[in-house]
Amino acid sequence: MLLNVKNLDYKTLNEALRNNTSPITLEECCGQRFIGAGLSDKNITIHGVPGNALGAYLNGSTIIVHANAQDAVGDTMNEGKIIIHGNIGDAAGYAMRGGKIFVKGNAGYRAGIHMKSYKTKVPVMVIGGSAGSFLGEYQAGGVIIVLGLEEKNKNIIGFFPCTGMHGGKMFLRSECKDVKFPRQVTARLANESDMEELKTYLIEYCDLFGYNINEVLASPFTVVTPDSNNPYKQMYVEN
Amino acid sequence: MSLEFIYPEFEVIRNTDRCITCRICERQCANEVHILNKEKGVMVADETKCINCQRCVSFCPTRALKIVKSDCTFRENANWQSNTIKEIYKQANSGGVLLSSMGNPNELPVYLDKILINASQVTNPPIDPLREPMETRVFLGKKPEKIERDKNGQLKCELPPQIELSVPIMFSAMSYGSISYNAHAALARAATELGILYNTGEGGLHEDFYVYGPNTIVQVASGRFGVHEDFLNAGAAIEIKMGQGAKPGIGGHLPGAKIVGDVSRTRMIPEGSDAISPAPHHDIYSIEDLRQLVFSLKEATEYKKPVIVKVAAVHNIAAIASGIARSGADIIAIDGLRGGTGAAPTRIRDNVGIPIELALAAVDQRLRDEGIRNNVSLVVGGSIRNAADVVKMIALGADACYIATAALLALGCHLCRTCQSGKCNWGIATQREDLVKRLNPDLGCKRLVNLITAWQQEIKELMGGMGINSIEALRGNRLMLRGIGLTNKELEILGIAHAGE
Repeated sequence: MLLNVKNLDYKTLNEALRNNTSPITLEECCGQRFIGAGLSDKNITIHGVPGNALGAYLNGSTIIVHANAQDAVGDTMNEGKIIIHGNIGDAAGYAMRGGKIFVKGNAGYRAGIHMKSYKTKVPVMVIGGSAGSFLGEYQAGGVIIVLGLEEKNKNIIGFFPCTGMHGGKMFLRSECKDVKFPRQVTARLANESDMEELKTYLIEYCDLFGYNINEVLASPFTVVTPDSNNPYKQMYVEN
Repeated sequence: MSLEFIYPEFEVIRNTDRCITCRICERQCANEVHILNKEKGVMVADETKCINCQRCVSFCPTRALKIVKSDCTFRENANWQSNTIKEIYKQANSGGVLLSSMGNPNELPVYLDKILINASQVTNPPIDPLREPMETRVFLGKKPEKIERDKNGQLKCELPPQIELSVPIMFSAMSYGSISYNAHAALARAATELGILYNTGEGGLHEDFYVYGPNTIVQVASGRFGVHEDFLNAGAAIEIKMGQGAKPGIGGHLPGAKIVGDVSRTRMIPEGSDAISPAPHHDIYSIEDLRQLVFSLKEATEYKKPVIVKVAAVHNIAAIASGIARSGADIIAIDGLRGGTGAAPTRIRDNVGIPIELALAAVDQRLRDEGIRNNVSLVVGGSIRNAADVVKMIALGADACYIATAALLALGCHLCRTCQSGKCNWGIATQREDLVKRLNPDLGCKRLVNLITAWQQEIKELMGGMGINSIEALRGNRLMLRGIGLTNKELEILGIAHAGE
């Protein structure tokens, strides 16, 4: 189904999405917020730029955006997939607990803050370009991958990554020589088993955006993991 | 002993004439204070471990036990009191940040105790709640400014979503994890039976409790633990927690030791991993950002649930509340300086924030001045201890009150203030199976129902005395209050006259 959403407010737009069961394509999207919030079993393709909080609390749908997206993509997302053929704004995947976010371009500040995971439910966010500062703060689980495919000379991530990280894993396609990581994480070069794991996440990504996976993998990756699940345990004395 | 030694705070006094060496005290104490000296055949106590939770005292069948405050003293003075001295020793020993439980214990003014309630005499007869109907029911949510009619002159009756409470009291947020499964079960059942609401806190909702959804407030905080579509839709309202009275401006850390079994699954984080709620919501840096979260939640729940924004009472609370009232939130919950907690840094708990009475009066007045009081309902918490406190809060401008410490006391809490240890002998603030079992949810529910029913009757009597038969007519009715022993400035902020005026 094709729906032109020019001048449509977000409330009406989301109502239309909720009431529609077949795959739907939105045209001339321009900044409407909350598209797909909490929706299950939908297949949404968006032309134009969706507004903030795209796919918030997404509960098992696929959203494809053929442009950039704004802030808070996939906020507290539970299941499903968000595919962005452009850049995304700040605070993407905040507190994400499942599903996948694939971004072709760059991510703004504070991507992947407080992502979490439980047993086999592991959220994955792949950023093809670079990520801004504060990447993966308080990361409690899940996998964040930054590829920096367009970056030649500058760092692929910004300042202060992984502050308060206490779970999950980060893969950065760079030796990260100039990146300062906090004390409570370990950053090391990826070994063979890391690369095997990474490959499982990247097959779909490369397929989606037309990259050759072997070329993407033919580069040193840095793996970041927390040293402890209990980073603040020693900080307190009972009073 | 050594430089690090701190003399135990309490002494265990055992009347050996009464003690029958039944060893119940030994079995009841998770802190392992009581031990049987097999050689001598007598019970002995290691009071260094005693936290004075009164469990052994309550269960001793011969009343052989009592716990008293030790009279071993430092050479304290008005400035250097023993707690202050001990805190320095603890920090010098450990290098750690002091961590405390429950509400602010310091001698700060409790304005509720300096406010008196009016009653009718002669000119306006009191009402007897035993023979006349009294309405304590309230509805929380955004109210329309004016009556609207459609083209045919018919009233437009569509209201924004409301919460209905049989009495203006709700059980405040306490997460599953910080308190036990049985404590949650008791709160959920009691709320359902009473026609009020309880609050999940930031820990998600155990699947067994979805059935109590119509009486549940589901909480979304900065860690977003247990938040997903089904959870959001399960409750009667959604609360965004921005802050908490016991620890304004900081987040929360539920230690990994409490993230076990169902707690881990409900929060969707691995067992043993700390549950860290960051200090800010990382997507909220302004009222506009808050509005975005409010409306993303409304979109996700199809505008069927009122959204509560909970903040701690801080210096600029009136301006903050004014912003929240314009953010699309339906209800503002304000938690005051004396509010309780499972664990908070001592310095924050004891020094940050302002008393709830002043915050409430300031907020209510500000929202009235700006003509937006009907945009939101106000819920206040932070040590509401009895029915008179509730009545005073309503008259100061609240729509309803949050209680938590009082509810825990009803469940058996003895305010030993060591929730952070995870060894609650009363089965409340613990995840240890043998301890959780001690709290019987049926009995707990009954005691909570007893408490609120009793308060409701007292509220009716206080209202009747004032000649008011509907609690809605008491809201913001500050003429019903007088201050005693307060300064002009305090009276001005509270918006009440002094007794005698």
